[in-house]
Amino acid sequence: MTWHRKILRVNLTKGTCETEPLNMEWAKLYLGSRGLASKYLYEEIDPKVDPIAPDNKLILATGPLTGTSASTSGRYVAVTKGALTGAIACSNSGGFFGAELKFAGYDMLILEGRAKEPVYLMINDDDVRILPADKLWGKSVWETEEWIKKTHQDPLIRVASIGVAGETGSKYACIVNDLHRAAGRSGVGTVMGSKNLKAVAVRGTTGVKVENPREFMQVAQATKTDLKESAFTNGLTQYGTQGVTSVINATGIYPTRNHQQVQFEGADKIGGEAMFEVRETDGRTNMVRNSACFGCTIACGRVSVIDPNHFSVKDKPQYHNASGGLEYESSWAMGGDCGIDDLEALTYANFICNEQGMDTISFGASLAAAMELYERGYITDKETGGLKLKFGSAEALVEAVELAGKGEGFGKDLGLGSKLLCEKYGHPEVAMTVKGQEFAAYDPRGAQGMSLAYATSNRGACHLRGYTIAVEIFGVGTKLDPLTTEGKAEITKLAQDTTSAVDSTGLCMFPNFAWTLDQYQQLVQADSEGDWSMEKMMELGERVWNLERLFNNKAGLTTADDTLPKRLLETPAETGVGKGLVALLDKMLPEYYELRGWTPDGQPSNDTIKRLNV
Amino acid sequence: MQKSLNIDPNKCTGCLQCEMACAYELEGSFNPAHSRIKIFHFEEQGRFVPYTCTQCAEAWCLHACPVDAIKMDATTGAKVVDEATCVGCKVCTIACPFGTVNYNQSSGKVIKCDLCGGDPACAKACPTEAITYVDANWTGLDKMREWAAKTDTGTTTAAAKPSAPAGH
Repeated sequence: MTWHRKILRVNLTKGTCETEPLNMEWAKLYLGSRGLASKYLYEEIDPKVDPIAPDNKLILATGPLTGTSASTSGRYVAVTKGALTGAIACSNSGGFFGAELKFAGYDMLILEGRAKEPVYLMINDDDVRILPADKLWGKSVWETEEWIKKTHQDPLIRVASIGVAGETGSKYACIVNDLHRAAGRSGVGTVMGSKNLKAVAVRGTTGVKVENPREFMQVAQATKTDLKESAFTNGLTQYGTQGVTSVINATGIYPTRNHQQVQFEGADKIGGEAMFEVRETDGRTNMVRNSACFGCTIACGRVSVIDPNHFSVKDKPQYHNASGGLEYESSWAMGGDCGIDDLEALTYANFICNEQGMDTISFGASLAAAMELYERGYITDKETGGLKLKFGSAEALVEAVELAGKGEGFGKDLGLGSKLLCEKYGHPEVAMTVKGQEFAAYDPRGAQGMSLAYATSNRGACHLRGYTIAVEIFGVGTKLDPLTTEGKAEITKLAQDTTSAVDSTGLCMFPNFAWTLDQYQQLVQADSEGDWSMEKMMELGERVWNLERLFNNKAGLTTADDTLPKRLLETPAETGVGKGLVALLDKMLPEYYELRGWTPDGQPSNDTIKRLNV
Repeated sequence: MQKSLNIDPNKCTGCLQCEMACAYELEGSFNPAHSRIKIFHFEEQGRFVPYTCTQCAEAWCLHACPVDAIKMDATTGAKVVDEATCVGCKVCTIACPFGTVNYNQSSGKVIKCDLCGGDPACAKACPTEAITYVDANWTGLDKMREWAAKTDTGTTTAAAKPSAPAGH
């Protein structure tokens, strides 16, 4: 049980949909989801392939715990070679689509080739069809989901689709499922768009069974109780990820105006608490209620409503309804990083990112980079088409997000992502990226572990690949001094390996604020056949990390890509806990390579590959 | 004492743990497609609403069944489908005004909530107490308490004050 032991392989060039047995040898080494899908990608494509060529593949994968009653069991991943980064991409999403794919009887969906004309995939258990999407091309994610449900007369269908951003080649297009849940980062939606695939729609009725039901039900219940009793996960229920805004800003690691400062004077206006403040204009709060993904007992999701009197939606009644509200990273990227403190404008921009399928982090940070280019005079109204890209301008944000969503005007430039955008205008130093991907909402100068975690992240700058913030700032489990480099190589490796293992289970990483890997391990063991001891789980995480690294090395990435922008390495933070400090990456990187069992030029050694059976 | 499922949509986060628990009780697998309780997501209002059979005292489904396959469980008050008797004619699905009796293609019978014999799995699985199993005569008690508190605004402080000077 656990695995259906079945893969659905769809070749869009040939128009074929075939099932095949899951490679159980690999499943026993890579478990599922991130790990197993990465193994398939590694074995099946040339890492040097152009990400948007038909030879790149896109894998949507569930884990063994996806679709079970374990808390947070709604996750799936989109694994491919990233269009934004040229590195291996693995974007994780919640909502309900992943569980539905599992209920349809598949562990994994492998999408190959490129359709001649726009198509969508309709999966009804074992009835799988490639259908024309000519009526959907040019439509938003929201319109697409509505059209598919209506056309098939089935409101219970779950849909994952791309918006216009993914059709028009935005480098950071994402795959959005269930209206406002996204496999967000690295341009996985761009890859989907390059395949002329508008949407994957699923209806599954086969269910999921576990290996040891009695034990599983006990562990599932006990681990839910752990979540219920933890102050960290209760904080997520109440304020969502947005709850950390005030702490991160007060600490002084809140990147502001494209990382030119580390504290934002307007942070309190766009944080978790602000969403609960009653608006004078309409007497309502931005926050409507919290919401859960499939099976989640935390329910950190925000449902928000924009003030109908706000300039962004005044004449647009279609945005007066409730929809997915701001997460911390989104609020930061489009807010603090752009110097914007208008909560309603941010919520609107968030709606548009969901509607047109754009990664909120990369979009926000690309706009921040464009604002810096504009303020420094490197670009002018001529290049922006009249957009006044001033830091702090909510009007600019609203206009920019609409243009980027449709790939029109200067929105096309914004869709390049910070790196290519800044290169295009001759100032690569303005791009705040690693491996072409924009940073998340933590400045590493005041949390040194993040320097290493960002620089060595296999999918480019990211907070979800080794969240050292948990121990450096929040003190989850243990507390380390955020300003020193000692022990950071070790904690970064540990965080990366643990996360890789967690991401291979089919569960969310947020329970990790209340659990350790132990709870995940107990759930996997009760759920799955075979031996999944703690030792095996740690080994799994390390194996996945090394496999991703091998992919990147073969794709042509080198140690030179394990670095940070000059601004972080050379310009000390002006305020905050890290005042006077730069990112001390050089002090940690050699130690990290050694701990990993890699050569000084960043290659996993033969011994390491052998030890981990990569 | 009979108990009823008591549903408070304000507390529902839409996680579907109840649907999984229901299907698991029915067929030993996690399969919301076969759940007898459904959560409806009204996205545009940000509302999540659980809905299932309320076990009508005078049950339309029970009266409509031509083969008497639906019987009342005297202990719980649940209207229960006897699978061995049910012929899958679906007349009950037409008779039920609420849509909570449904045909199950894989078994060829109808399925509806049977209160799990008096220990409903959905209520146990609900992480937010949006679904509870309470005294059938007092399903409104929580709402009454809430409104009682609102009705009483201010009187507690007013009552406390006069007693203070008396002590001096």
